[in-house]
Amino acid sequence: MITAKNITKSYGKTTVLNIENLEIPKGQSFGLVGNNGAGKTTFFSLLLDLIEPTTGQVHNNGVQVDTSEDWKPFTAAFIDETFLIGYLTAEEYFYFIGELRGQNKADVNALLSNFTDFFHGEILGQSKYLRDLSKGNQKKAGIVASFIGNPEVIILDEPFANLDPTTQIRLKEIIKDLAANQNVTVLVSSHDLIHVTEVCERIVVLNKGEIVKDIETSTETLKELEVFFAG
Amino acid sequence: MLKHFISLQWKSFFRAASLKSNLAIKILTIFMALYLITIFIGAGISIYFIIEKAEIGNPFDIINKYVVYYIVGDLFFRYMLQKMPVTNIKPLLYLPFKKNQVVHFSLGKTILSFFNWTHAFFFIPFSIILITKDYSVLGVISWHLAMIAIIYSNNFINILANNKDNIFYTTIVLFAILGLCQYFQVFDITLYTTIVFDSFYSIPWSALIMISIAISLYYATFHFFKRNMYLDAGLKTKQDIAKSEDLSWLNRFGNLGTFLKNDIKLIKRNKRSKMSVIMSIAFIFYGFLFFSKSISVYEGPVWKIFAGIFISGGFLFSFGQFVPSWDSSYYPLLMSQNIKYKEYLDSKWYLIVIATLVSTIIASFYLYFGIDAYLAIIVGGIYNIGVNSYLVLLGGAFIKTPIDLTSSKKAFGDKQSFNLKTMILTLPKLVLPLIIYALGHYLINPTAGYLFVAFSGIIGFAFKNYMFKKIEQVYKKEKYKTIAAYKQAN
Repeated sequence: MITAKNITKSYGKTTVLNIENLEIPKGQSFGLVGNNGAGKTTFFSLLLDLIEPTTGQVHNNGVQVDTSEDWKPFTAAFIDETFLIGYLTAEEYFYFIGELRGQNKADVNALLSNFTDFFHGEILGQSKYLRDLSKGNQKKAGIVASFIGNPEVIILDEPFANLDPTTQIRLKEIIKDLAANQNVTVLVSSHDLIHVTEVCERIVVLNKGEIVKDIETSTETLKELEVFFAG
Repeated sequence: MLKHFISLQWKSFFRAASLKSNLAIKILTIFMALYLITIFIGAGISIYFIIEKAEIGNPFDIINKYVVYYIVGDLFFRYMLQKMPVTNIKPLLYLPFKKNQVVHFSLGKTILSFFNWTHAFFFIPFSIILITKDYSVLGVISWHLAMIAIIYSNNFINILANNKDNIFYTTIVLFAILGLCQYFQVFDITLYTTIVFDSFYSIPWSALIMISIAISLYYATFHFFKRNMYLDAGLKTKQDIAKSEDLSWLNRFGNLGTFLKNDIKLIKRNKRSKMSVIMSIAFIFYGFLFFSKSISVYEGPVWKIFAGIFISGGFLFSFGQFVPSWDSSYYPLLMSQNIKYKEYLDSKWYLIVIATLVSTIIASFYLYFGIDAYLAIIVGGIYNIGVNSYLVLLGGAFIKTPIDLTSSKKAFGDKQSFNLKTMILTLPKLVLPLIIYALGHYLINPTAGYLFVAFSGIIGFAFKNYMFKKIEQVYKKEKYKTIAAYKQAN
């Protein structure tokens, strides 16, 4: 589904990302781990054509992302709070994303009804704009918005950060459900090794912009990762 | 202790993002400051003689008569522009500083604010002139001190009244009405205020009253601040109660409707964008300066078109100028959604066009100055819709200044919004229509001038699709740079 070939990103003389070849097949749940500055967000931003690659190309379902925009209809993401529109209420935000993705209010409502537990009564029906919600609740809204419109690729940067324990557990269930669907490719990055090993079939470790490990998740994976990061 | 505060302040000033930006902007800022100072000094020195020459009365009496409006005007600009001193307090709260010190320092900082000392450039030369004109030295010093005390009272009133929009607007409307009453000779408030301002001169010790008022206001603000120095009280960022709005009647416009709905909410729910609407209303009244013939420089026929462009184009300049910066806080979202630039731009364009039409209709009261004046506005409106609407959208792609929607400060004079490309784009917006008009006016006759300008607007309108394609290309080309620039403020 996604292929990155010879992709590098440099700022001046420092190279922050250098990936020779990475292929993510359709339907895979893909985890990206690494320390701060490893290049996780840079990689995701390249997939979304938010930054320009210094060399190389990213293809999403055969579409080269920096030359065509045809990947947008089937790709959704939540990277950070710049994916939220602060002056809208959560509902208005969901409907807005829905309209951009060709979903009417009823479609969006039907989808939202699956996330009542996840929202924990703190997102919908609030007389608050998104900018006034807590960081955790903003994140919940952003994550769910990325599910609107049946996307085939979902990119979530650090989805577990800032969430309370209950919500983290629910989010793991949600991501597992998504991954079970063979049509949806989920890309998740995290600092939390336990979470990633639980939800991802495959884990790639980035260190200083380069891939240092690429593992199929098994029972030993967590141990292996812990040894690596204990360094 | 004070040493720490001052060093923090020093760093916050010299490391500010706006100062770090390029040299040209720095120079421009310095020029702007010098320009303002020159104007104030110039006014301070010459106003006495100007009034004397105009023979409308004793210069000092005239100043005392109108100074009340000057003071209200000062309050107005402060409320709009002056930053509150609270912004940097939070990180100091849990450090071993005494609360009193923090508050004294924050308030003390406002005393040195630009908004206070610029007035000195007017009042000092003016007072000196008064003394040379044989006014009593003691009286003039007393008057001068009273004025300074009033300016400082304004400073503290502004802090106390921060964010109390209803009080602010009531005061402004009240004084606007009083001003109109005076103009139409219904009721003259200055008859009463003059007595007060005169007495600062004639009864020298009365300045002490004003000074003690200023000092009491300082302590009032001090206590107000100290009492509210908690994260959930005075330092809390204001939260609005959200109201969902059903704008589904716009759905009939398809994708364009989606964006229009969002843009309407953008304008209604954010301070900064509301400010741009207020500005555009102010622009409508700007024309009085031209058509009432109160300022002689503006009497040339060409200036009518200039006025027409401004009156009908207030929203175009105050809002359109900053597309797409209005969406800067969530630009990455828009860029990763399935959005056609054309629809996005279309929505902004329609807003500008509708606002221009509305402004033109509201401005119909200029018919009072004759059909000629209103024709200039209509022609200006046509040019705005046909040509300037594209130019502002095009210019916006180069501005790349992220906008903090929740703050109304810095609404005017965003230093970063000046750069060479936008400056160059200002020329066709303002100067070109003047030239076109002048060609018609001087080669043929005034009517031909109007026709020329209107016609160029209509031609521009016909090229909408072509222009949009060009603008789209620029937006695409600038995409990565724009995202990176917006990211800096976040």
